[in-house]
Amino acid sequence: MSSGTDSGTAARMPTYLGMPAFPDAARRAVGDTRLRRNLAHATSTIRRRRAEAVAELDDWAALREAGRQIKDHVLANLGHYLRLLEEKVTEAGGTVHWARDAAEANRIVTDLVRATGETEVVKVKSMATQEIGLNEALAEAGITAHETDLAELIVQLGDDRPSHILVPAIHRNRADIRDIFRRTMPDAPAGLSDSPAELAEAARRHLRAKFLSAKVAVSGVNFAVADTGTLVVLESEGNGRMCLTLPETLISVMGIEKIVPSWRDLEVFLQLLPRSSTAERMNPYTSAWTGITPGDGPSDFHLVLLDNGRTATLADEVGRQALRCIRCSACLNVCPVYARAGGHAYGSPYPGPIGAILSPQIRGIGSDVDSSLPYASSLCGACFEACPVAIDIPEVLVHLRARAVEKGRKHPLERAVMDVAGWTLRSPARLALAQRAASAGRHVVGRRGRIRRLPGPLSAWTDTRDAPAPPEESFRAWWNRTGGKGE
Amino acid sequence: MKVALFITCLNDTMFPGTGKAVVRLLNRLGHEVDFPQAQTCCGQMHFNTGYRRQALPLVRGFADAFAGYDAVVTPSASCGAMVRDWHPRLAADSGDRALAARVQALTPKVYELSEFLVDVLGVTDVGAYFPHRVTYHPTCHSMRMLHVGDRPLRLLRAVRGIDLVELPEAAECCGFGGTFALKNSEVSAAMCADKVTNVRRTGAEALCAADNSCLMHIGGALSRTRSGVRTVHLAEILASTEEDRT
Repeated sequence: MSSGTDSGTAARMPTYLGMPAFPDAARRAVGDTRLRRNLAHATSTIRRRRAEAVAELDDWAALREAGRQIKDHVLANLGHYLRLLEEKVTEAGGTVHWARDAAEANRIVTDLVRATGETEVVKVKSMATQEIGLNEALAEAGITAHETDLAELIVQLGDDRPSHILVPAIHRNRADIRDIFRRTMPDAPAGLSDSPAELAEAARRHLRAKFLSAKVAVSGVNFAVADTGTLVVLESEGNGRMCLTLPETLISVMGIEKIVPSWRDLEVFLQLLPRSSTAERMNPYTSAWTGITPGDGPSDFHLVLLDNGRTATLADEVGRQALRCIRCSACLNVCPVYARAGGHAYGSPYPGPIGAILSPQIRGIGSDVDSSLPYASSLCGACFEACPVAIDIPEVLVHLRARAVEKGRKHPLERAVMDVAGWTLRSPARLALAQRAASAGRHVVGRRGRIRRLPGPLSAWTDTRDAPAPPEESFRAWWNRTGGKGE
Repeated sequence: MKVALFITCLNDTMFPGTGKAVVRLLNRLGHEVDFPQAQTCCGQMHFNTGYRRQALPLVRGFADAFAGYDAVVTPSASCGAMVRDWHPRLAADSGDRALAARVQALTPKVYELSEFLVDVLGVTDVGAYFPHRVTYHPTCHSMRMLHVGDRPLRLLRAVRGIDLVELPEAAECCGFGGTFALKNSEVSAAMCADKVTNVRRTGAEALCAADNSCLMHIGGALSRTRSGVRTVHLAEILASTEEDRT
């Protein structure tokens, strides 16, 4: 592929530059009572429904394993499948473009829209175009992109960022949404209430006008079937079908890892994805198209294949499993950290556990937020359990932590503490000595067996929790005194 | 059967009562327990925080300390999972093939306490008596790494006098996560607050788990809020008998 090895330099997500480290961003979210309430309600509901949808299939474990194997097979043979896809798409009348990073992809799409002479495009929700900041790049070129997914529309009109992969406006409730529509939607009906049906109807009318006038559409891709050159988009509102069929020109941007070898493989993911994401047995609107069909749908089709840090991720034997991700967001919905920190704290269009392993890999562990993301987890493992393609997220998190430590520079105090602790624990004699010192100081630091306040970084513990005071003697000391038989 | 106790550095230093309870319990069930003095720490804190270089000597130390035993029993699911899941890989990655072979042979003999009781000794009723209202928190690593399933609950249900009540949202993490509790203390405290709410909803006087690290975390918040709920390790309930009360 043209992207080659120099994509190992950090790819960029322009709209997310200068994001604060995760703990700083999360602190604000933890204190936001409305956000906490919205997230707790939304994630617990979808979590319960997903568990029910998955439990209906007695071969779920086998499907999950098949999904994992198909993705791993494609990743191990990615060059072959990408060339096959290019060949088949071209044969069917489409044009394939290769983009090594965000800037290149944005330039390709901008040039394609410019060539049509249009200044407006409609978009069907796409993670890849958010990753590269396409809407902002188009705006700089004087082109307006209209998001047509209801939640993306709410985010766009609210001049906001998405906070969930599947439910981008999960941080908003219906009162927020009514306020946004009233403020920013010129054709919103007077007296619009906060009832979900009225809000949806207002959005539908607003969007219908866009669909009927748009000449150019931009989409993402959920799956690309290599052996036929067919592209597949899954959505729930019908807006995708409008975008994919009505305009004259269609430009689709896909990450290079989105390939499946054949339609038989697609079958596996059309079961795994809806049940994991929306807890549905079957996806409501599944659109598949192969190149162009004269007299039916767009007459001009372009596929932009995006690397943007993916080949660098593929080179990491442990980290590459993140490229199996099918963007279902099951890991977000079961994550206790996401439910309390919200999506924005992850500083990327990819929030939650998958974002914590994907963003630092495709962008590189450089910025404050990217070096803090591998630590944004208690390693509880709920994400791995829920993942429909068996990405061992805790394993990758720990792997990335080791890479962050190797890069050094940050946290000199932590490094010193870890060195001293390691030195102490390497020797039973030194450990026993440290235990005797702790026991000797127990009355100084604690009262009634509890420590109310610890100094320095340890105060982060005692701000909200007591710490136990050390015991009179360690287990080791007791064993030596009594031979394991005493009191 | 030659049985060794892997106490873990946290229990050794801070919670010796749990280790004593394991010894008392296993003795009562007719098994001698040895405490190999060379043991220190499994290296989980270093490994999980990204300090692999410092973790490797601890992997080696563990293999040295516990060589030659038929079973190694630990009252910590988290440290047990570190040893069983990660020691073989760290040893293999070190390039020391002799170490890798020793670790490979040793780690299948490492059991969390409830696994050892139910799977190796084949008992669920250990003859315990604990006349208190108790709720049980299944720790993340016991469930999702060791997959102990309902073994701890089967052991608890067989305890005489116990009033075992179900913990709402039991499978949700308490927010400890080792250095996570310090590095992301706000999120950690928010998770802990919800766990405490659920514990208090049960009306239990004691919260039980198979890991003192999680209990130290939840217990710290229970104590700070003067909740009147204490924490107790699974081993300490199972070691209790009617004779203890007289």
